Amino acid sequence: MIYQAIVFLPLIGALIAGLFGRIIEPKVSEYITCSLIVIAAILSWIVFFQVGFGHETAKVEVLPWITSGSLDVSWSLRIDTLTAVMLVVVNTVSSLVHVYSIGYMHNDPHRPRFFAYLSLFTFAMLALVTADNLLQMFFGWEGVGLASYLLIGFWFKKPTANAAAMKAFIVNRVGDFGFALGIFALFMLAGSINLDEIFATVPSLAGQTFTFLSWEVDILTTICLLLFMGAMGKSAQFLLHTWLPDAMEGPTPVSALIHAATMVTAGVFMVARLSPIFEITPDALTVVTVIGAITAFFAATVGLVQNDIKRVIAYSTCSQLGYMFVALGVGAYGAAIFHLFTHAFFKALLFLGAGSVIHAMSDEQDMRHMGGLYKMIPQTYAMMLIGTLALTGFPGFAGFFSKDAIIESTFAASGPFSEYAFYLLVFAAFLTSFYSWRLIFMTFHGRSRATPDVLSHVHESPRVMLIPLFILALGAVASGFAFKEFFFGHEYTEFWNGALFSSATNDLVNEFHNVPLWVKLSPFIAMLLGLGLAYLFYIFRPVLPGIVARLFQPIYLFLYNKWYFDELYDYIFIRPTKWLANKLWRIGDQSIIDGVVNGLADRSLEFTGKLKTMQSGFVYHYAFAMMIGLTALITYFVVTGGVGQ
Amino acid sequence: MMTDWPILSAVTFLPLIGAAFIFLIRGDDEASKQNARYVALWTTAITFFISLLIWIDFDTSTADFQFVEKRAWLGGIFNYYMGVDGISMLFVILTTFLMPICILASWESITKRVREYMIAFLVLETLVIGVFCALDLVLFYTFFEGGLIPMFLIIGVWGGQRRVYASFKFFLYTLLGSVLMLIAIMAMYWQAETTEIPKLLAFDFPPEMQTWLWIAFFASFAVKMPMWPVHTWLPDAHVEAPTAGSVILAGILLKLGGYGFLRFSMPMFPIASADLAPIVFWLSAIAIVYTSLVALAQEDIKKLIAYSSVAHMGFVTMGIFTGTVQGIEGGIFQMLSHGLVSAALFLCVGVVYDRMHTREITAYGGLVNRMPIFAVIFMVFTMANVGLPGTSGFIGEFLTLLGTFKVNTWVAFVATSGVILSAAYALWLYRRVVFGTIEKPNLKAILDVNRRELSYLVPLVVLTILFGMYPKPILDVLHVSVEKLITDYTQAQLLVDQVKFALKP
Repeated sequence: MIYQAIVFLPLIGALIAGLFGRIIEPKVSEYITCSLIVIAAILSWIVFFQVGFGHETAKVEVLPWITSGSLDVSWSLRIDTLTAVMLVVVNTVSSLVHVYSIGYMHNDPHRPRFFAYLSLFTFAMLALVTADNLLQMFFGWEGVGLASYLLIGFWFKKPTANAAAMKAFIVNRVGDFGFALGIFALFMLAGSINLDEIFATVPSLAGQTFTFLSWEVDILTTICLLLFMGAMGKSAQFLLHTWLPDAMEGPTPVSALIHAATMVTAGVFMVARLSPIFEITPDALTVVTVIGAITAFFAATVGLVQNDIKRVIAYSTCSQLGYMFVALGVGAYGAAIFHLFTHAFFKALLFLGAGSVIHAMSDEQDMRHMGGLYKMIPQTYAMMLIGTLALTGFPGFAGFFSKDAIIESTFAASGPFSEYAFYLLVFAAFLTSFYSWRLIFMTFHGRSRATPDVLSHVHESPRVMLIPLFILALGAVASGFAFKEFFFGHEYTEFWNGALFSSATNDLVNEFHNVPLWVKLSPFIAMLLGLGLAYLFYIFRPVLPGIVARLFQPIYLFLYNKWYFDELYDYIFIRPTKWLANKLWRIGDQSIIDGVVNGLADRSLEFTGKLKTMQSGFVYHYAFAMMIGLTALITYFVVTGGVGQ
Repeated sequence: MMTDWPILSAVTFLPLIGAAFIFLIRGDDEASKQNARYVALWTTAITFFISLLIWIDFDTSTADFQFVEKRAWLGGIFNYYMGVDGISMLFVILTTFLMPICILASWESITKRVREYMIAFLVLETLVIGVFCALDLVLFYTFFEGGLIPMFLIIGVWGGQRRVYASFKFFLYTLLGSVLMLIAIMAMYWQAETTEIPKLLAFDFPPEMQTWLWIAFFASFAVKMPMWPVHTWLPDAHVEAPTAGSVILAGILLKLGGYGFLRFSMPMFPIASADLAPIVFWLSAIAIVYTSLVALAQEDIKKLIAYSSVAHMGFVTMGIFTGTVQGIEGGIFQMLSHGLVSAALFLCVGVVYDRMHTREITAYGGLVNRMPIFAVIFMVFTMANVGLPGTSGFIGEFLTLLGTFKVNTWVAFVATSGVILSAAYALWLYRRVVFGTIEKPNLKAILDVNRRELSYLVPLVVLTILFGMYPKPILDVLHVSVEKLITDYTQAQLLVDQVKFALKP
């Protein structure tokens, strides 16, 4: 029952706030959704300890879903350690974001709708992480996409928000296109899309080929890459990342919950969940590593020069997701989930902290108009500082343990691609430190660049917003140290209890401890360098950024414009599609097909004369005649036929 | 047996009795118009409730025809022969379900010739139910072609400005296909010496003849579906048809083609079906991508939805001709789901059309500010149209693609790309119509959906989500009949292969 409660309490909240939000007081909607989520979060922690440390696992069938021939999938809950970790992450962050939103959204006229969407999102995410088959995962997958679409476009009057919402949904659909094909291929070749049955059959498929499109391809590599395409879309990896920065158009709590802590990590979860397939498919893992490393590096470079406080954190998220994929790619699944876990705390903290800043600054998001805020909002400042220390991997903080575990595992997994990834990750750690401290310095230090009017309104956020920050800060400080031995350390095997699959030769969980000292120190040094450089640029010599930007203007513009991906995609995808759509309609349908048909139709134009009389009053004669005729005919023959028999 | 009384005939002809009552109403004043509306509503509602008995009493464990009625007809040469199986039964329910909705949707928007309008709809209901129940080829053809006339009148008399053009295009297109089908029916009679569908299902037509018969039937069904490239009548017909006309057209009449493939083409001409399936696959895949793209370029809300209908029907034809369980069950499910979703989308367009009298997308924008409930309802159906898991639109798309992937990965690949395009055109439409601020002055006083509109939109919302989450009640009806269809189909292929094998030296 506890499992069902965790998954369905948020849905109940969403339904109450969504259906009756217009009738009941907004406060009531808020309290109902918040309390249900908080209960779910508490239950999640109970389950986490039962499963992770008491080694319970369970499978609960809720309802049959689709049965057709040999396809048999049901709504069911698969509870193992991986699920339990995700339950904790999702429900903890979600409940804190719910509570925080009471303060953050208190002026919004559409609060019940907002809370309904948040709870709906939480339900979809829970359905995703508890999935026992790929179809339910796909349901959750697209369900969180829907919630994300609704929440990015929450302020529906803003054209930019609407555009961003659409972009998020459609880019995700590109990924889902691959995910769906992967499911089809698995069903055809493994005969099932239920996880246990897949895991039982895939080893026998290793090394075999089948004809996909016109090529003879390796079965498992193809399936893994198709599924990974879905992960790339959802987790905003390089090439399918363009939607994530734009998604910042949504309210800030949404960014914290969906676009930092939970939904975007679904891709990481998926690969980890399917580790029994990926682990025996080295070529696919290589692709995962390379894409992850490129993303970690690429997003960090773009983050260096952004001025919108939320966009900096968004690129940071994108980059950190790249780290997780590298970990998956080299086979350190535990390290990937560990980073997912700690990242959820400190990144949600940073986003909610940024929200607190934006709140204080009368909805200003441009860091060029901030500065010197640390005295005015000291608690928010302290929280942001903790988040930054955790993100940059300062020793002792959560990110230090998980990120270093990834970097060291990447080095330990010797191979040309993991070596390449290792260097990119270390360099990205330097960039991460630089842009994170740049954010802190530009926002909180130096002279204030805000207008006097805005400055006079700066205020610390109310307690309902600060307390969630404190709790997240606790996670950002302690979650790394407290759990490192379980997620990726000595207790690994016992803790995961088979939820993550590693082949017999994969011993990264022990090997990563034995890397050379310079490898262990390198992320730390990179972090210090980034901090130092940021200090030099934004505190010590604030004129430097302008000079550097001018000196290296092409590079600056290239980064500032996000490597020109939006322009490129507009040029090679969007415009040709619109052009083709118009041509197919005007020429294909109207000129060619209709041209032929109308040629025939013209011949029969003489009939229109008759039609006119029909319109002018005789219509029911026709209908009547037809009806009478038909009735008479049928009745007559029914009667006589009956006699004839 | 479950029921002794002729329930299928009752459901089929009850609307005709209602039509007769309306015919007897005299006068042209407001009171008599109101009477006509109420008679039509009651008739269709009662018909719906009686038809539910068919579903309740339906035996899901047999593939045989049920509720069979048989009487000699036309002097005993042909029979009045009715019955349903798992493939046809739910289409009857779909029809009886949508009809009261059509009447309600026309309640205020139709003010001229109300009596005739209601009569046309009731006659249409009789004919369409007849198509799904007929077990005699001649009876089937009578109903099938008869349905054209009331639909032609509905578009041609109560339609928009270019109704004459649209109704003629509709008529010409469909008539062309029908003539070929009539010839094929005659040929079948001479060959098999019977027009009884159950006997024809068991009859083996010579392979060469199968090809010709298949093509003749295909001509008719492909136009009805409609398949690319004979689809251009549909957008025009939809645009000109009154709202309820569009509902019936998209919800039911498009399904006649798919039903025909399942009842005739696949089981009666299995060898030709297998030979020609690649053509159907590619026509379907092209339809999905081509019409989705064309939908993207539309400026008229109804045209956009009409093109999206063609794309969705592409999944149906593709799924059916895979000859796999998932493909066929998915195809049928997709038809039923599309019957709810596309009908609902046209009803949503009707809601705003009744208020603003335009279908131009650019005439709208920011409706959510004035019509929040409408916005939610329209969102549900938009998402169902996009095939979001959890809505009924997903199940059919998923199953057909799953079945197709086994048979032809290229076709599945091309067709799956439709999920990206459908998201693009549907969300773009939604954004332009519903989101944003209200800028057009005449939209500033627009009112949200009223109770009458809610009374038919809410059940559609509930069913769309229910069957997306729990499709079992529908799939259970299909299983046995589809299984039999596939067994016969594959056996026919096996026989041919054996003959070929035996002929080899």
